[in-house]
Amino acid sequence: MKTALYASATALAMVATFGTGAASAQSRDTIQIAGSSTVLPFASIVAEEFSAAFPEFNTPVVGSGGSSGGLRQFCEGVGEATIDIANASRPIRPAEVEACNAAGVTDIREVQFGYDGIVFAVSADKGDFALEPVHVYTAIAAQVYVDGEWVDNPYTNWNEIDASLPDQPISLAIPAGNHGTREVFEERVTSAGFEAAAWPDAPEGAETSFRQDVVIEIAGDYTETLARLQSNPDTVGVFGLSFYDQNRDTLKVATVSGITPSLESIASGEYPVSRPLFFYVKGQHIGAVPGIEEYVAFFLSDQMAGMGGTLEGAGLIPAPAEETAAVLAAFEAGESL
Amino acid sequence: MADTTTSTDAAARARRETIRKGLGRRHLTEKLFRGFGIGAILIALGLVGTLFWMVISKGYPAFTQANATLEVYFDPEILSFDPAPVRGAGQSDADYRAAHLGWQRAVTMANWNRIVENAVVNAAPQGFEIGSREALALIDAGERHRLRDMFVANPNLLGQRVSVDMLASANTDNWLKGTIDRNLPDARQQLAASTRQLADMMLENGTIEFRFAWHIFTNVDSRAAPAAAGLAGAFVGSLYMMLVVIVLAVPIGVASAIYLEEFAPKNRLTDLIEVNINNLAAVPSIVFGLLGAAVFIRYFGLPLSAPIVGGLVLTLMTLPTIIIATRSSLRAVPPSLRQAALGLGASKTQMVFHHVLPITFPGILTATIIGVAQALGETAPLLLIGMNAFVAAIPATPFDQSSALPVQIYLWQGNENRNFFEARTSAAIMVLLGLMITLNAIAVILRQRLERRK
Repeated sequence: MKTALYASATALAMVATFGTGAASAQSRDTIQIAGSSTVLPFASIVAEEFSAAFPEFNTPVVGSGGSSGGLRQFCEGVGEATIDIANASRPIRPAEVEACNAAGVTDIREVQFGYDGIVFAVSADKGDFALEPVHVYTAIAAQVYVDGEWVDNPYTNWNEIDASLPDQPISLAIPAGNHGTREVFEERVTSAGFEAAAWPDAPEGAETSFRQDVVIEIAGDYTETLARLQSNPDTVGVFGLSFYDQNRDTLKVATVSGITPSLESIASGEYPVSRPLFFYVKGQHIGAVPGIEEYVAFFLSDQMAGMGGTLEGAGLIPAPAEETAAVLAAFEAGESL
Repeated sequence: MADTTTSTDAAARARRETIRKGLGRRHLTEKLFRGFGIGAILIALGLVGTLFWMVISKGYPAFTQANATLEVYFDPEILSFDPAPVRGAGQSDADYRAAHLGWQRAVTMANWNRIVENAVVNAAPQGFEIGSREALALIDAGERHRLRDMFVANPNLLGQRVSVDMLASANTDNWLKGTIDRNLPDARQQLAASTRQLADMMLENGTIEFRFAWHIFTNVDSRAAPAAAGLAGAFVGSLYMMLVVIVLAVPIGVASAIYLEEFAPKNRLTDLIEVNINNLAAVPSIVFGLLGAAVFIRYFGLPLSAPIVGGLVLTLMTLPTIIIATRSSLRAVPPSLRQAALGLGASKTQMVFHHVLPITFPGILTATIIGVAQALGETAPLLLIGMNAFVAAIPATPFDQSSALPVQIYLWQGNENRNFFEARTSAAIMVLLGLMITLNAIAVILRQRLERRK
């Protein structure tokens, strides 16, 4: 009796192991997406609405991992165990395209679908910040130019940099390198600030070397940045506009170059720190995994990414209709990178 | 003679004196040690109590949610699409399904937002000014899909007025519960002034009521409709993983423990195996995740984000626990029992399965349940096999994409709607803790029953 019990348990285990082998041959019918945590909320909403509108397809699965993490997974190769779509808050890099090609991913279709603003925000009970890119650069640069020579950054409070800024210790939480946001931050804020400062004889790498005592690099999502602000209320955090929008009861936003970030000021291009959002589709998976083409078309449709669409309500800044139409046409024509 | 007795008396008294002194000291140490013990237990209890209090006080508001009972008019002017296709004679199954799907899509594309908006405006007092966006903001975005589903299930609703219970939006719920400071100025509120005012009025006249949020248990996660987000997908995902762990880890673990303890010769090789099993138990769980991603997903081509892979990874993690615990309970069986069985002519296998194993059953069971409970709460390895993805479906099989309870906690913790998801996160923790307590209780009860039987 007991022996029979154990024998059956072993049999069950073996069946399970064999089942595992058999199932690996079955084909995947759910779109698998991963990447940027900025794009994640938008992609998730589209995924849900997609399954409501297209009951014949499964709800796509949306993972995170940051733009770089998503593209790395994307470039692992072609086949069931690799993702179909990578979300990114920055364009794909040439090195990544090479890695993709090397792994056999040759049909990479780029889809650009709207804009996101990057905002600086402080705890709601703190002073008003009217930042210029040069302020941010001066605050966090490892070395600055004072009285004719390059010295280690001496500033401890914001008002030492500019009298218009609050008397508050410098502390800045910025996204770490795994986030696409970091690239935009460096390009639009610190590099712009470096150029605006126009200090002579800059040593090599001065533009991108930051001091580690005041800069907090956040590898996680914006919730982690918010937690930093709560543990040290003097911290200035870098957030996406949509995150700030959902947490305006605890956050106060800073102006950059005199412009307050908003859907309007970012859509018009007045607010300087914004970036387009992307996702990359593995062309070779179209047809193999059902629903990819429909998903892309649905994502770019007016009711999702268009003006007044669902994603605008979630904080996406819609791209002009002609731009989106051109992107969709290019995708459908099969243009690949 | 008398002299010697007094001297021995004195000596005895002195000895007693020394003993008494020493006794006092020993009693004191004992008292101190007991004090320390009680203190340690009190601190532990206090910490557990604080944890529970924090989680429960934060999480319990999430179990009730604002519901609005509104009269919905299925307006034929807004829902202007062709009637549902009727299956014609001789039409094939596939054709009919395609036609029906096409019709469903047409139904979905109708402006259901307008229907919801009209229902809200209709329920507002006469002459109350509210814009269409503001009216819509009161109700959860997923409710329009529910209305659509109602309609697809029963197309006769066209032109009718039906009273429907709808979930208020996450922001309305925040406002009514006071999660957002009600004194903040308009610019820092999520909802427009008119929406907030209408929500307050509706709560007062009973249109909006707080009800128990059953959908936390029956719905899947949602970002489009945060108020309707639930744990069902993650729960089923965790359940599948536990099944895989039990089916694989228990037989393999117990079998290897029995072999190593009862049959295997003691030599270098078995020593090496023993050391490595102990090492395996100490490997951080994230390493198993890396292994899982490399072996099960990349090499064997198993699907990403699937409970089967999660279960396999957790099996690897649980195996050493089960092997070690089973071996120690086997070792605790007195050798006389084995010798008696062998002496009566039982074979080694009979000795193990008839006499030794039944006694160790409670121990193995406890080890299994503790191992499984530990696996249930594991998060780190799951992040590496793609189980931290957003999945808005209940997995039908262990091969379908899914989330897991601890991962769901992690995902909700990171949701941008902090005000709403803070409570949800704690509610999910409560569900997970409840599950663990149940598992541990089962372990205790089973052990007691089995021990009594023996």
